[in-house]
Amino acid sequence: MNAIEVTGLTKAFHGRKVVDDVSLSVARGEIAGFLGPNGSGKTTCIRMMCGLLTPDAGDGQVLGHDIRREARAIKRQVGYMTQKFSYYEDLTIEENLAFVAGLYALPAEAVRDTLAGLGLTSRRSQLAGSLSGGWKQRLALAACIMHKPKLLLLDEPTAGVDPKARREFWDEIHGLAADGLTVLVSTHYMDEAERCHRINYIAYGRLIAHGTVPEVIASAGLTTFLVTADRPGELAARLRKAPGVEQVAPFGTTLHVTGTDRAALERALTEAGASFQPGETSLEDVFIRLMGQSRDNMA
Amino acid sequence: MTGISLRRLGALLRKELIQMRRDRITFAMMLLVPLMQLVLFGYAINSDPKHLPAALVAPTQDRFSRAMVSALELTGYYDFTHVGISATEAEALITRGAVAFVVTLPSDFGRRVERGDAPQILIEADATDPSVASGAISTLGTVAAEALQRETGASPTQPPVGIVVHKRYNPEGITQYNIVPGLLGVVLQMILVMMTSMALTREIERGTMENLLALPATPVEIMLGKVMPYMGVGAVQVAVVLLAARLLFGVPFVGSFGVLAAGIFTFVLALVILGYLISTLARTQMQAMQLTFFFFLPSLMLSGFMFPFRGMPGWAQTLGEVFPLTHFLRLIRAVMLKGAGQPDIAQPMAALMVFVLVYGLLALARFRRTLD
Repeated sequence: MNAIEVTGLTKAFHGRKVVDDVSLSVARGEIAGFLGPNGSGKTTCIRMMCGLLTPDAGDGQVLGHDIRREARAIKRQVGYMTQKFSYYEDLTIEENLAFVAGLYALPAEAVRDTLAGLGLTSRRSQLAGSLSGGWKQRLALAACIMHKPKLLLLDEPTAGVDPKARREFWDEIHGLAADGLTVLVSTHYMDEAERCHRINYIAYGRLIAHGTVPEVIASAGLTTFLVTADRPGELAARLRKAPGVEQVAPFGTTLHVTGTDRAALERALTEAGASFQPGETSLEDVFIRLMGQSRDNMA
Repeated sequence: MTGISLRRLGALLRKELIQMRRDRITFAMMLLVPLMQLVLFGYAINSDPKHLPAALVAPTQDRFSRAMVSALELTGYYDFTHVGISATEAEALITRGAVAFVVTLPSDFGRRVERGDAPQILIEADATDPSVASGAISTLGTVAAEALQRETGASPTQPPVGIVVHKRYNPEGITQYNIVPGLLGVVLQMILVMMTSMALTREIERGTMENLLALPATPVEIMLGKVMPYMGVGAVQVAVVLLAARLLFGVPFVGSFGVLAAGIFTFVLALVILGYLISTLARTQMQAMQLTFFFFLPSLMLSGFMFPFRGMPGWAQTLGEVFPLTHFLRLIRAVMLKGAGQPDIAQPMAALMVFVLVYGLLALARFRRTLD
């Protein structure tokens, strides 16, 4: 049975649908990426799955418990890391962990083990409020895995964290998944999406793509050419207007030119007199296209 | 960039007005507080209370005792709510605070008036609040004499009765005896309600509420966890005020400490839960402060702390009953100054327990387990 199996989740705030008919399944032991632009409904979805929000429509199960009726049972087995740091800034690391351990009725060793496991022992008497972003994130992760949950819901855990700390964080997540923990992690970093086993892409409240990274890229049916030019800015401006060209993204002196119709794309590039070679379509190209599509659908 | 630019000033003013309008509670306070003060000071407060409940202890009912009662009632100060009761019953009534006066006529009152040997009337006044009884007592002598003179038709050369006024519980009329115990209630109310009213709004403002809700704690556990520390704070305040009452103001303590402790405990519990209830209503700490103030102001005026409770019109007295402070003042004054025991304070005690229950249930009903 899947760790997360929800169908038709819908939630509106003040008459505006923030999440619209989202169905999601996450297998046990999987690291599932939850992607989408800001305000696309990722946080609302996660909150509905851990019982913090009541869905207007839809239902489902998390770890075999009904999300509407068994929120308490879900809370006990889920570790939820909020987007905004939500531990007590006027408590030390150790005091925060002891508070959480108390609420889960964990033995005193749990705090000590967690501190050691995450390399927080030397900083345990430091006030949470005085920690840098990376350390706050570490504390939050420590607090939500202390009770050995079966599912981790991480809401943009690496926002504002430096690359080294991000790398370490992901190593930690993969380590936990290897031990059988299921992880749903929301992010809008593409490199992080590629670290997930499967991804789910949500935009404007709708789930519009899901699968492994290669599957999602393949299903978009995009062709990308790499164009080198002396004056890429000027060429990019011209190409954007050309028929068949859907995206032009500059990467240094190279342009990534993307479109669905390979023939039309080649024609446009030849007409522009550009020298080009086939390139790989990136996840970012796919997402930008998906976002544009779903915005058109909304309009 | 020097001088005042009307455009810049306009932009600042517009932004302030928009923010003011968005914060509904603040806006309501700005309109309601002056109105409330106006009504309370204008209509409710009266420092010369009339229609005070009185009891008559008269072994025999005759035309003289009836004349006395009607003459006293005509002054407007006395309302004889209990007539023809025994001295023991009257004692219980005045201890409980159910009557403000007990008028006792001797058994052979009528005969002695007729004989003209000026029998003595005993008027016991509850002087815990010295200002309450003063007006009533000052009119007493002349009214009683005139009434009986009319009855007997005797010459006014010699007064027909002798009047003995006995100011109970606070014979010297020391205001502090009344104020200081009441102050305990006011201090507790001010600090405890204010502190606990921040309980949940602080979590919300600091962004820790979402996490608290995601953790496995029940609403009752969260409520108790929030209010119990402040009960400890309350205990320290009680000790400080009671010691000061004794050492600095020499306020007597004639009742049982156990009985008072039980009353204080219930009162404090009601206050911290009320504060918690406010914190479930307010969205920000600022709003919590304002709601506390909005509660605090009328309770101070209508509870009988600042002005005599019996001096207020009926509607204001009814309104006053909804404040825990009103009942606590009755309780603590009765116990400390009158030595009231458990049965005497059963009524205020029950009222305080009702507050605990009602506030607690409302707070739990208001508490949102989700972020909806």
